[in-house]
Amino acid sequence: MAKLKFQTLNRQSQSFWLLIFFHVALVAIGLSAALYMEEHGHIVTGMSNQIVWGLPHVFAVFLIVAASGALNVASVSSVFNKLAYKPYARLSGILAIALLLGGLAVLVLDLGRPDRLFVAVFNNNFKSIFAWNIYLYSGFIAIVGAYLFVMMDRQVSKSTVAGKAMGWLAFVWRLILTTGTGSIFGFLIAREAYDSAIMAPLFIASSFLYGLAFTVLVLAMMSSQTLSDLMPDEMVEKFSGLLVIFALATVYFTVVQHLTKLYSASHRDVEDFLLRDGGVYPVMFWLGQIAIGTIAPLAILYMRGKALSPRMALTSAAVLFLIGGLAQMYVIIIGGQAFPLKIFPGEKVSSSFFDGGIATYTPSIPEALLGISGVSLAMLIVAFALRLLPFLPQGAPRQS
Amino acid sequence: MTAPDQNTDVDRRALIKSAVGLATVTLAPGVTLYAFGVEAASAPVTSAKRWGMLIDINKCPPGCDLCVTACQQENGWKSTGHPSTDAQWIRKVTLRDPETGKTREAPAMCQHCATPPCVDVCPTGASFKRADGIVLVDKHICIGCRYCMMACPYKARSFVHEEIDDQKTVAPRGKGTVESCTFCVDRVDAGRIPACVESCGVKGGAAMIFGDLNDPNSEIRKAVSAMATTQIRADLGLDPGVRYRNL
Repeated sequence: MAKLKFQTLNRQSQSFWLLIFFHVALVAIGLSAALYMEEHGHIVTGMSNQIVWGLPHVFAVFLIVAASGALNVASVSSVFNKLAYKPYARLSGILAIALLLGGLAVLVLDLGRPDRLFVAVFNNNFKSIFAWNIYLYSGFIAIVGAYLFVMMDRQVSKSTVAGKAMGWLAFVWRLILTTGTGSIFGFLIAREAYDSAIMAPLFIASSFLYGLAFTVLVLAMMSSQTLSDLMPDEMVEKFSGLLVIFALATVYFTVVQHLTKLYSASHRDVEDFLLRDGGVYPVMFWLGQIAIGTIAPLAILYMRGKALSPRMALTSAAVLFLIGGLAQMYVIIIGGQAFPLKIFPGEKVSSSFFDGGIATYTPSIPEALLGISGVSLAMLIVAFALRLLPFLPQGAPRQS
Repeated sequence: MTAPDQNTDVDRRALIKSAVGLATVTLAPGVTLYAFGVEAASAPVTSAKRWGMLIDINKCPPGCDLCVTACQQENGWKSTGHPSTDAQWIRKVTLRDPETGKTREAPAMCQHCATPPCVDVCPTGASFKRADGIVLVDKHICIGCRYCMMACPYKARSFVHEEIDDQKTVAPRGKGTVESCTFCVDRVDAGRIPACVESCGVKGGAAMIFGDLNDPNSEIRKAVSAMATTQIRADLGLDPGVRYRNL
């Protein structure tokens, strides 16, 4: 195989700086929003004692899930020996770290007491999946960092054993990490919409989809910035095929999740709520996740090379998959809380504390800005890293 | 340095005991305001005790909210005019059987589970269960992640959404942290009963009994041994310390 060549992002066009300015502005606005929430309390958000996790969690979990999936391209190259993916392994690693940092920043800034972050570092309850996640997330950053070092260091990269070992470690770690993220919900016995072991594999399938969609979009953007073709036709085909598989896997786990609950008489009402009667949530599910986020991009990918250019089809599908992913997270996180807890099963209940009622939630502007700024932070980290070190492949990658 | 006057301490303790005994007799028929003796104030918290509550729904009059107002006065939480974000440590829930239309009311609060999910999920250990079964939040290490609120099957916890003033010294509260019923732990440690139980007994239907579920001679233990009682969401296997009768 020919020696792979990498490049830093040297050429920056006006559009690049505009994009950087846009992301810097969004991060600044997001930080201001977080400070505003910290100063006034969560009263300035749409969250309540009924919807305790709002839009910031939707973005945070979305980014964290995407982060583990973004590493997939690197895993495919080193763990599964697919050399065609090798040129993208570095980008895959740095994108994974950036997305995770973006998600974690949002998660931390949405805490009631973000100033107590170090309390969480020094006080751990290891029965809590949240506490595990603190180590899974920081471990992920350290392991992927080391993986990148092994791939990029002139001497160490000569060792195929080191690359393979780190590739395996990162791959196993990312699977455990996403299992941990899914289990945040899967372990909640009280909430009928969650409380299922399938949340972990569902999140893993979704992570493959979101992560690859992000990778494809960054590659498309960087192709235009570097004036080189970072995704040759062969890779456009491979990425398109993988996106189809990941989208179908996500749909599969989603269908099984809902069918399992629909089959149980005690859970039928929560399914009726999420899939038919729940107002914004069925719309988000059927229109957002299924129509816009699954069927439309699959149709677009099916038509690649026919009515659409393969490259255009791939990038448009990636955008739609990400929109669908956000809708999916919204339905899972917000919809799951909007349906009331069954504290007294079999009874119609009401109280001044909104027992028995469907909870309403309208995100406020500050919390929306905080959530969106997580994406911008991730993109800024990527742009900075690409400028600093040779993460990007040079021109069209070749395969022996 | 002089040795403490042991006699004075003993005398003071005896005097308080007598006063407690007197209060018990004076106020008591059916109501035990000072149930546990003053030894409780200095005794270490151990698993020998399991504090619990029994609520008889048939004695809980519709529209009565004495337990709620007593809790508010004792612990300092109140309406701020924002119902969806206001904390509620205890509330009255109206139950209606959809088949028969039978309606009744039940107070609902932290159920002080033996295996509390809020404690399991708390990343910092801020949610904790004392050896005597009382589930609390350590306000110093709560980071406000709200995972306990997601995990609690009883919707027992509230998040403090805004700045708080006029706090009670017995119940420190803080913006950005989570809180819930403490069984009036300061009162219990002082040998008294929770404010809601006291208020219900003195002015209400005497629907609530508080005491040590492990003590075979306690009023609550005798009551739960003699009659059928229900733990809400018993199917979850959390073994709540709060039981209901005639639910």
